[in-house]
This record gives sequence, structure tokens and C-alpha cells, in this order.
Amino acid sequence: MKYQFDFSSVLAQWPLLLEGAWVTIQLSFLATVAGFVLGALCALGRGSRHGWLRRLVGVYVEGIRNTPLLIQAYFLIFGLSSVGVTMPILAGAVLALVINIGAYTCEIIRAGIESIHKGQLEAADCLGMSKLQVFWHVILRPAVERVYPSLTSQFVLLMLASSIMSSIGAEELFGIANRIQSDTFRNFEIFLVLWAIYLALSYMMRLGFWLLGQIVFTRRRKLGTPL
Amino acid sequence: MTHEQLTYLLLGAVGTLELSVLTFIAGGLAGLGMALARISPVRGVRVAAAAWIQVVQGTPLLVLMGLCFYGPNIIGIGSVPALVAAALAMTIYSSAFLGEIWRGCIQSVHKSQWEAAECIGLTRWQRMAKVVLPQALRIATPPTVGFMVQIIKNTSIASLVIGFAELSYNAKVLNNSTFQPFIYFGCAALLYFAMCYPLSRWSRTLERKLNATRG
Repeated sequence: MKYQFDFSSVLAQWPLLLEGAWVTIQLSFLATVAGFVLGALCALGRGSRHGWLRRLVGVYVEGIRNTPLLIQAYFLIFGLSSVGVTMPILAGAVLALVINIGAYTCEIIRAGIESIHKGQLEAADCLGMSKLQVFWHVILRPAVERVYPSLTSQFVLLMLASSIMSSIGAEELFGIANRIQSDTFRNFEIFLVLWAIYLALSYMMRLGFWLLGQIVFTRRRKLGTPL
Repeated sequence: MTHEQLTYLLLGAVGTLELSVLTFIAGGLAGLGMALARISPVRGVRVAAAAWIQVVQGTPLLVLMGLCFYGPNIIGIGSVPALVAAALAMTIYSSAFLGEIWRGCIQSVHKSQWEAAECIGLTRWQRMAKVVLPQALRIATPPTVGFMVQIIKNTSIASLVIGFAELSYNAKVLNNSTFQPFIYFGCAALLYFAMCYPLSRWSRTLERKLNATRG
């Protein structure tokens, strides 16, 4: 059997695909920003003086990291709607993604914080910096700078994983593709086109993070040198 | 939750384990090949392996699943069983990530070890098999165990495109007929946790133990 490729019916839907890609970008952007804030707060919480807070964050991080995103989304979205809390699908998708990525970001940033030399904190103390100043200038920024490559990879993985949100009804790129699939039945072609779009998105995202890194981390130093 | 429902859920967990084990074996072999290809003396092989890893790591697993599910039809093999299609997609996925992890481990074996092996006149394969890989294995164990957790979690989406009946699929079926999401997805989450958490802990213990004794 010789298979006849036919991309025309799929590519005819390019405005829909573009729309889906735009939703994917929005989902990923919101989840990345909110997930970073949540992760940074949790990393702070894990090093807290209060035992209960450390344990609470620990349970959250381990619980999320050892269960699949799909089950988390089902639990959250279907669970909430069964007790009468309904929200727009996209809001639910962002919420599920943020809760998921927060746990990973927390662990990455924590590793960065742990790599900061104690002497740095003592020096900051000697300079009479306030707690907030110490946290921002001495702990968070150098920590994030050091783990920036890992964070970037994790956020790109998040963008790719946002395709799972189609299973709760989100009309992002993968959800749109499902719709086109049931209209055109060109299954393989659709997946090839999707492949190309996701690849393009992930390279765009890597480029974006690289540019952001160039702007935010202005100190020029070789990777791996002590902070 | 009735007895039948619990059995059905556990049956799903068996499907999850089946796919995970299959993926780990096939993905492990592919990953090893990929890691060795990445450090091959032949430039073309190195570049091809690097390109493969880049492309796979930029692709959502769901898309790989779709390509592996509909692909065999296209090249004239006909339809393959859901388990095979899912395992194939997961193998491709793991080959890229394990390949990158293991390449790092192989290259972190100290350079003097490579040189010493060369000096005593071992061939390239002997050097690999007798000197470098045994040492790399120690370094590679913790992240590899950690990646097993990723594999188990990722099997959960095999039902979305391919329709392979694993834990999350069975939990969804149960929820669709009874609409008690907290119970069924809660139980599914607990079962996943029971499979993943011991591996996570083990990985961390190994990391501490193997790091402390590393020269």
C-alpha cells in the first residue's frame, strides 16, 4: 500500500492552528511567570525557621513531583467542578500548570540557594543590608543565575506538557489539532504539522530565555566560577 | 468504592507498570546507543545523535505518541497493538533524555582514566567496557533511578492518543460512570505516588552514598 500524503486539508486550517499556538504561548507564559514566583516562595519556605512550613512545602513538592500532571489536572478540574466550583477552562489549565511547575521550580531554586556560600550571607550582614535586600541581592538573584539553564529546560518542558491540557478541554494547539483531526481524518499529517510547530515554539522559547538571560544577568563571568 | 472498581483501578496500575518496564528496557538500550553515538569519534554520528536529541527534546510526548500510533499504518505495517505504539513513543522519548544524562556521566569520568587506559594499550572498546563505563555506571545510577520516575509519570498520557488502558485511563473511566473525581483520581494519585516516591527516595540516597565515596 502506498500512502498518499495530503497536507492541503490540514494546512487549510492554518488560522485555527495559529490561534491554538497563540493559546499555548499564553498558557505557557502565564504558567512560567506564576510558577516562578510560586517556586521561589516555596524555596524560601523550605529554608524557613518554622518546621511546619518546611514540612508543608515538602509535602507539596514531593506530592506533585511523584504524580503525573494529567492526574493532577483531572483531580483539580473535575474535582472542583464536582463540588460546584467551576472556572473557565483556560484558567483551570493555567492553575493546574502553575501548581505543577511550582514544585519543580522550587527544587531547582533551592539547589541554587544551597550552592551559595555562607560567607556571602555573613558579608551581607556585615554591610547592614535589610532582610529583603539580602534575600533579593544575595540569595535569589545569584541562585537563579546559577540554575538558569535548568530553569530554562524546565519551562520549555512545561510548554510542551501544556499539550496535556487538551484532555481537560483546553483549546490550545493540541486541542485544536484534535478538532481538525476529527474534521479531516488526516491523522498522520496533523501530527507532522504539530511536530513542526512545537519544535518552532520550543526554539523560540529557548531563544527568548537566552535573550532574557543576557539582559537580566549583566555580570560577565564564566559558568562554574564561584559567586 | 466497590471491590470491582478497586480491581479495575489496580488493573490499570498493572498496565502502567508493564509500559514502564518495557520503556525502561528499550529506552535504556536506545539511550546507551545515543550516549555512545554522542561521543563517537566519527563527526557525522556525533552530529546526527545531537540533532536527534535536540529534536526529540523539543517535541511533546503526546505528538510522539501520535506519530508512533499512526505512523506504522503509513509505512504499510498496518496497525500495531496499543502497547507497542506507546512503548515505541516512550522509547524514542527516553532515548533522548537518557542519552543526554548518560553522555554527561561518561564524560565526567576523569580524563586521566581515559589516558591511562590508552597508555596500557587498550582498544577503544576495551577502554569503554573495562575502564570508563564501570565508573560511569556509579555516577549514572542516581539520575537514572530519578528518570524512572519520569517514565512512570509519562505513561499516564499513553491513553490520550493511543488509548492504551493504564492507570489514569481506568481512573477516568470510573469517574465518567460515577462522577466521584476526588475518590478515583485521589486513589490513582496515591497509586502513582506509591510507585514513584520510593524511587525518588532511593535516587536521593544513592546520590548521597555514591557521592561520598567518589574519589
